[in-house]
Amino acid sequence: MNKFGFTTAKSRVIEYDNMHNKLLDYIIENEPSFSACLSCGSCTATCSAANLTNFNIRRLNIQIRHGELDGIRQEIDKCMLCGKCLLVCPRGINTRNAIMLMKKGLVSLELDN
Amino acid sequence: MIDVIIIGGGIAGMEAACTLHDFGFEIIILEKDKHLGGHLQNWDTLFPTKRNASEVLDHYVKEVQKRSITVYLNTDVTSVTKQDNGSFEINTSREVVFKCKTVLMTTGYDLFNAERKEEYGYKIYDNVITSADLEKLLQTNKGELRSPSGNPIKSVAFVHCVGSRDEKSGNHYCSNVCCVTGVKQAIKMRQLLPEAQVFNFYMDLRMYGAGFEEMYREAQEVWRVQFIRGRLSEVAETIDKRLQVKAEDTLSARPLRMHVDLLVLLVGMEASKATGDFAQSCNLACAQNRFVETADFHIASNKTNVEGLFTAGCAIAPLSVFDTVNHAKAAALTVKEHLRLNN
Ligand code: SF4
Ligand code: SF4
Ligand code: SF4
Repeated sequence: MNKFGFTTAKSRVIEYDNMHNKLLDYIIENEPSFSACLSCGSCTATCSAANLTNFNIRRLNIQIRHGELDGIRQEIDKCMLCGKCLLVCPRGINTRNAIMLMKKGLVSLELDN
Repeated sequence: MIDVIIIGGGIAGMEAACTLHDFGFEIIILEKDKHLGGHLQNWDTLFPTKRNASEVLDHYVKEVQKRSITVYLNTDVTSVTKQDNGSFEINTSREVVFKCKTVLMTTGYDLFNAERKEEYGYKIYDNVITSADLEKLLQTNKGELRSPSGNPIKSVAFVHCVGSRDEKSGNHYCSNVCCVTGVKQAIKMRQLLPEAQVFNFYMDLRMYGAGFEEMYREAQEVWRVQFIRGRLSEVAETIDKRLQVKAEDTLSARPLRMHVDLLVLLVGMEASKATGDFAQSCNLACAQNRFVETADFHIASNKTNVEGLFTAGCAIAPLSVFDTVNHAKAAALTVKEHLRLNN
């Protein structure tokens, strides 16, 4: 039987009010440089994972800033921890450490999904 | 005859006056306001050192007084006319006609009137203020900082490029110093209100000067100011006097919405009305952006198209205090050279 009813499209608007940022706080506490990202995209440009999949470490930073954690665990798993990204970052951000902290934080803060 | 009449007693005028006085020239400063100092009087702190603006202001006012340089306050210049012998006559709101060999225009700038960007709600909503209003607020504020409507401040947003880089305001140029001012003020807000969230909405961040980029990074890393790339489309007031702002987070290609307790518009600089008032009387050339056009931007940036009429500081473009002071010193040398050759 066909399901009957209405669905509403999920709003694409980023709502900043009451945004929760526990993972961001955790990462920044342990890797303060993470907050200095300029979104220049050098990291993504050099990233092998980004060249083969839709993984995007620059965008990951922004998603975490917005507290949007849906599906990021699967995203992070595409990273091979090769460290190329941190070699190119103009702000000297330890991006690989940030990824490690994302993994740890998701588990220890029980944000995993 | 007076060697140099300086029109405008801001920091450019005062710096040039002191240097020219020390070269042995006879100087008069004409200032439209009732005090020396221009806009600097209204600033709380200066970037990138965050020192009190009053220290710099007091320094220059004292230097002028120490040299007993003649200053006419409350004096509006209405015309500057070049005489056949190459000298100048200056008419003002006073009865006397001033005569001099050379003129140095240090007429500075006017702040953009934010009411012209109606969609941001300045003078419509209580809690929308300009960066200049915030400096005034910081100068006078004692105790806990509250929004103009009296609410505690839990979130603040700064809007970059208000009245600059905007064809809709008639100003296509960048005002240079509002980006770093926004960073300076954002840090200040986090220092005064440690619990508050601070957001800066920018189109590009232009940290061109020494120490600016470092301050930007400090804002991100130490103070956790949140920089959002996107220009506000509109602002609306809620019933409790908060402000709903809308923009696109262009880095994630999605619209965003938030409520803030205070919205600060980083207003740009415009060519001062005072310049326009007498530019025609001496056929002074102005650029398309209405600032004074220099005779040669690289080699003779203190000269204008009128021989004997010089300029310095924000009369030519939006400049920082640092650049203004240096440009004024250069102007003093240029004027000195001219007087040496023409005496
Ligand atoms: S460490 Fe991960 S994110 Fe960085 S370049 Fe390697 S695969 Fe890409
Ligand atoms: S290279 Fe560094 S600054 Fe650039 S986007 Fe990546 S993390 Fe951010
Ligand atoms: S300095 Fe920054 S805020 Fe000011 S006009 Fe230029 S880009 Fe805009």
